[in-house]
Amino acid sequence: MIPDFIYLMRSELVVTLIIFFLLFVKIGKGMRNSSLLPVIQFLLLVNFLSHFACHCSGNLFGNMFLVTPLITMQKAILSLAVYLISLLCTEWLKKTEHLAEFFLLMLSALLGMFFLLSSGNLLIFYLSLELATIPVAAMANFDLHKRISSEAAMKMILSSAFSSGILLFGISLVYGSTGTLSFSALPALLNGSPLQIMGFVFLFTAFAFKLSIVPFHLWTADVYEGAPVAVTSFLSVVSKGAIAFVFMTFLYKVFQPLHTTWYNLIFILSIITMVIGNLFALRQNNIKRFLAFSSIAQVGFILVGISSNDPGGMTAVIFFILVYVFSNLAAFGVADVIAVSTGKETIEDYKGLYATNPFLGWILALSLFSLAGIPPTAGFFGKLFLLTAGASTGNYWLIIIAGLNMVISLYYYLKLVRAMFMDKNENPIPKIYVNRTVKWAMVLCALAIILLGMFSWLYDHIHSLVA
Amino acid sequence: MSNLSLIIWIPLLPLAGFILLGIFGRKYVGKAAGLLATATMLASTLIALYIAYGYFTQYAGNYPKLVPVNYTWLSFANGLSINMGALLDPISAMMIVVVTFISLMVHIYSLGYMKGDERFPTYFAFLQLFTFSMLGLVLASNIFQTYVFWELVGVSSFLLIGYYYDKPSAVAASKKAFIVTRFADLGFLIGILILSYFSGTLDFNTMIGSLTDPNSVQLQSAASHTFLGVSALTWGAVLVFMGGAGKSAMFPLHIWLPDAMEGPTPVSALIHAATMVVAGVFLVARIFPILSISTPVVLEVVGWVGAVSAVIAAIIACTQTDIKRVLAYSTMSQIGFMMFALGVSKYGGESGLGFTASMFHLFTHAMFKALLFLGAGAVIHYIHSNEMKDMGGLRKYLPITHITFLLACLAIAGVPPFAGFFSKEEILLAAYENNPAIYYIALVTSGVTAFYMFRLYFMIFWNKNATVHHEHHHGEGGFAMMLPLLILALGAVGAGFIPFGHFVSSDGLTLESHFDLQFSAAPVALGLAGIFLAMWMYKKENNKPQQFATALSGFYKAAYHKFYIDEIYLFVTKKIIFNLVGRPAAWIDRNVVDGMVNLAGNSTVFVSEKIKKFQSGKVQQYAIWFLVSAVLIAALFIYVWK
Repeated sequence: MIPDFIYLMRSELVVTLIIFFLLFVKIGKGMRNSSLLPVIQFLLLVNFLSHFACHCSGNLFGNMFLVTPLITMQKAILSLAVYLISLLCTEWLKKTEHLAEFFLLMLSALLGMFFLLSSGNLLIFYLSLELATIPVAAMANFDLHKRISSEAAMKMILSSAFSSGILLFGISLVYGSTGTLSFSALPALLNGSPLQIMGFVFLFTAFAFKLSIVPFHLWTADVYEGAPVAVTSFLSVVSKGAIAFVFMTFLYKVFQPLHTTWYNLIFILSIITMVIGNLFALRQNNIKRFLAFSSIAQVGFILVGISSNDPGGMTAVIFFILVYVFSNLAAFGVADVIAVSTGKETIEDYKGLYATNPFLGWILALSLFSLAGIPPTAGFFGKLFLLTAGASTGNYWLIIIAGLNMVISLYYYLKLVRAMFMDKNENPIPKIYVNRTVKWAMVLCALAIILLGMFSWLYDHIHSLVA
Repeated sequence: MSNLSLIIWIPLLPLAGFILLGIFGRKYVGKAAGLLATATMLASTLIALYIAYGYFTQYAGNYPKLVPVNYTWLSFANGLSINMGALLDPISAMMIVVVTFISLMVHIYSLGYMKGDERFPTYFAFLQLFTFSMLGLVLASNIFQTYVFWELVGVSSFLLIGYYYDKPSAVAASKKAFIVTRFADLGFLIGILILSYFSGTLDFNTMIGSLTDPNSVQLQSAASHTFLGVSALTWGAVLVFMGGAGKSAMFPLHIWLPDAMEGPTPVSALIHAATMVVAGVFLVARIFPILSISTPVVLEVVGWVGAVSAVIAAIIACTQTDIKRVLAYSTMSQIGFMMFALGVSKYGGESGLGFTASMFHLFTHAMFKALLFLGAGAVIHYIHSNEMKDMGGLRKYLPITHITFLLACLAIAGVPPFAGFFSKEEILLAAYENNPAIYYIALVTSGVTAFYMFRLYFMIFWNKNATVHHEHHHGEGGFAMMLPLLILALGAVGAGFIPFGHFVSSDGLTLESHFDLQFSAAPVALGLAGIFLAMWMYKKENNKPQQFATALSGFYKAAYHKFYIDEIYLFVTKKIIFNLVGRPAAWIDRNVVDGMVNLAGNSTVFVSEKIKKFQSGKVQQYAIWFLVSAVLIAALFIYVWK
C-alpha cells in the first residue's frame, strides 16, 4: 500500500513538499527575492519532470482518487504552464514584496487542481475546486498598492462564492435524486428527470463560471484587468486548462446519460460565447482586457471540440490547450515585461513596438498568429482539430459559425500586429532590457508554437492515452 | 532519372536564403543580400530547368504523375495523413520553371530598382520567402500541403504589399488583400475537409483516383449526401474553387487586386502578374479530373466566372489612369481567360484542348505580363509617378523600355506571331467548340484588350511630352534593370512557338494543336482594330478621348469607378451588416442585457447601496445575471427542450 500511495500521489506530494519548503523559508530568516526565485523555478521544473517518473494508474481511498496516464499528462501540462509563468514573469516576481507567499498560494491552487483532476467523487470534486479557487483570489490582490487589484480580488471571491453556492445546490439536487456522489455509480442512476436536469444545469454553471462561458463570464474582464499579469496568465491558462480537462471527464463519463441535454446546451453556449467574446474583444483597448475577451472566444472553440463526445474531441481539446499554454503565456509574458518596465498597457502604446523592441514584437506577433489560428503555427492545427472533432457530430451550422468567428478573430489579432509593426508612434515604448531567463522562456514558447504543429507524435501520444 | 530527388532543393534553396537573410540580413549581410538571394534563385532555376527538361524528354508523349519525395508529416489514426512531398507531373514541371524563372528575373531587376532602400535585405528575405511558398504550393502532393503553402503565400504577399509600411494606403491594401483572400480561404479549407472526408485521403493522386471512378464507394457516398439540396461533392468542389477564385482575383472576389498595387513594382510583377494570382488557375487544373468527370456543373461555374471576370476587368481597364491599375485589371482579365478555358474543357483527347490552352496561356502570360510590370517599373522609376497624365513621349528617353514594352503589348493583344497570339487562339478555339456564348464574350474582350493595352502604350511613350526633371536624371536604371526586360522580351516574342500540347494536356498524352487561318482572322482583325482605335485616340495629344468619354458618360463613369463594386462591398458591410446586425447587437447589449441587469439590480438596490461604497457596485449585478441565466437555462431544458 505504501509504495502505491507514493507512486500514485507523487505529483501532489511533490507540490506539498515545495509548499512546506516555502513555509520554512518564510518562517526562517527569509531569502532575498533574487536568490529565492531561481530556487523556486528549479523546484517547479522538478515538479514538472516528476510526472514522467512512472506510467502508472490506479485508485486510492475507495475510488475517491483516480490516476491514469491521461490524468498524469494533464497534470504535467498544468505544471509546465506554472513553470513557464515563473520564468516569464521574472521581472514582476523580483519586485514583489512577498515572493514566498505568492508561490505558496499558486502552488496551493495547483494542488487543488491536481486533486480536481483525480477526483472520483462529487465531494472531493467540490473541495478541490474551492482549493483551486480561493488562493487565486488572494493572488489577484498582489499588487498591494493598487486599488484596482484589490477590487479584482474582491470581485473574484464574491463571484466564486456565489457560483459555489449554486454548485452546492446542484450537487445536493443530484444527490437527492440518486443517493450517491460517486462518479462511477452516478451514470447508472441518471434518468433525465426534471430534478436531475436542474441539478445538472446548476453543476454546469459552475464549470461555465470558471471557464468564462457567456453568460457566466461577467467577472472575467474586471478580474483580468485588475490582477497582476502573472495572476491573469495563471487564471486564463492554468485554471481554464484544469477546468476544461475535468469538464470533459465530467460530461463524457459521469453525465453521459444526459448527453442530449448537454449537447444542446453546449451548442447554444459555444455559439454565444464565440460571438460575444469576439464582439467584445473587437472593442477593447487595454491589452489585458483584450486578451481576456479573446480568451473567452477561445473557450467557445474549446466547447466546439468538447461537443463531439468522442475520444477524437478529447484529444483535440487537450492538444489545443497545450498549444494555448504556449501561445497565451508568450503573449502575456510580453505584456508583463512591458507593463513592469514602462507601465504601458493600452494598444495605442503598442504602436511601433517592433521598431524599438523587435524581439518582443516578433514573439507577440507569433503568439497572436497562433491564437488566431494562422497556419503553419501550432494554433492552426489546434483549431483545425477542434473543428474537425466538432464536425464529426454532423452539425455543420456549428462549424460554419465557428469558422466565421475564426475570421473575425483574425481581424482583431491582426489589428494588434499591425499596430506593432506598421503604425508610427510619436512616443513609442523605449528599448526594454529583457532578462535572460525571460528571453529563453519566450524563445521556448516560440519554438513550441512553431514545432508542435509539425510533429505528429505528440498528437498521436495524446490520442493513444485517450483511447 | 536518378536525380529526381534534387527537386526538393528547388524550394529549399529560397527557404535557406530567407532564413539567412531574415536572421542575419540587416546586421551582417547588408548590401550583399541582393546578390546572395539572386544566387540562390539562379541555382534553384537551374535545378528546375534540369528537372523539367529531364522529365519532358524521358517520358515524351505519355507523362506519368511521379512522387519523388514524400514525407509523412502528421498521420491520423484511420490511415489519413498529411504529407509533405513533391508531385511531378506536366503542370507542376511547367510551374516550377515559370515560378523560378520569373522570380529570378524579379530578383535581378530588384537589384537595380531597390538600390539604396533602407530595408534592402528585408526586402530580399521577403522575396525569398514568397518564392519558397509558391514553389511549395505548386509541388504539393497533398491537398493539405497546398493549403499550408497557400496560406504562407498569403502571408508573404501581405508582407510584400505592405512593404512600404509608412504609407497608410499600402498598409490598408495589404490588410484588404489578406482579409478578402482569408474569406475565400475559409471556403477552401471547408472544401478540403469535405473532399477529404468523403475520399478518405488528402493525397492528390488517390483522391482524384477515387473521386473520378464512377464505381467507387467514395464517389457514390459523396454524391448521395446532400446539404441544402446540393451534393456534398459539388459543395466541396465549389468551395475549393472559391479559394482559387479569391487568390486569382476572380469576380466578385477581385477587389483586393488593384489596391495591392501599392507594393513595390517588382513585387507586383512577381506576385500579381506571374505567380500568386495564377495559383487559383493552377488549383483548378490540379483537381481538373474531379471537376470534369464528377462535377461538370462546377466546371460550368468556373467557365462563367472566368468569362465575366475577363470582360468586366477589360472594360474597367480602359478607364483607369494609374498605369499599375491598368495592368492589374488586365491581369484579372487574362486570368479570366485561363479560367474559362478550363471551364469549357473536357477531360482527355481532343476535347481537352481548353486545358492545354489554359496552361499555355498561363505560361505565355507570365512572360509578357512580368515584362509589362517591370517595364512599368522602369517608367515609374524614371518619372516618379504612377499617373498616366504625368507621362508621354518617353520613347526618346527610355528606348529599351519602349521597345520591350511594345513587344509585350503586341503579345498580349494577340498579334501574330507573338506569344499571346498562339495561346489566345487555342483558348478561343476551345471556347468556340464547347460554349459559343463564352466564345463571343471572349472575342469582344480580346478586342478590348488590344485597345486598352495600346491606350496605355501610346499614353506613356507618345502623346504629349512629359515634363522630365532633368536634375536627377538617372537614365533607364542600369544593367540590372534592363537585362530582365531583354530576356523576358525574348520570351514574349518566342514562347508561342513551343508546341505546348506535346507537353501539357489534361490526361498526360500528347495533344496536336492545329491552326486554322480562317478561324484566326476574326480575333486578329478585332485586335488590330483595337490597336488602331487606340492609336487614333491617343497617339497625339487631342480631345477625342474626352469627347468619347462624354458621349458614353454614364457607362464611362460606371467603368471608371470599377462598376462601384468596392462601394457595393462597403455598402453591404457598413450599411447592411452594420445596421442590421451591428446596431441591433449593440442595442440589445445596451438596452436588453444591461437593462435586465439593471432591473434585477434595482430590486436589490437596498443591499447594493451599502456595498457600493466598498467597490464598483457591479458584482451583485453579475451575480443576479448569473442566477437569472442559470434558472432560465434550467427552465429551458426542463420545460421546452426536453
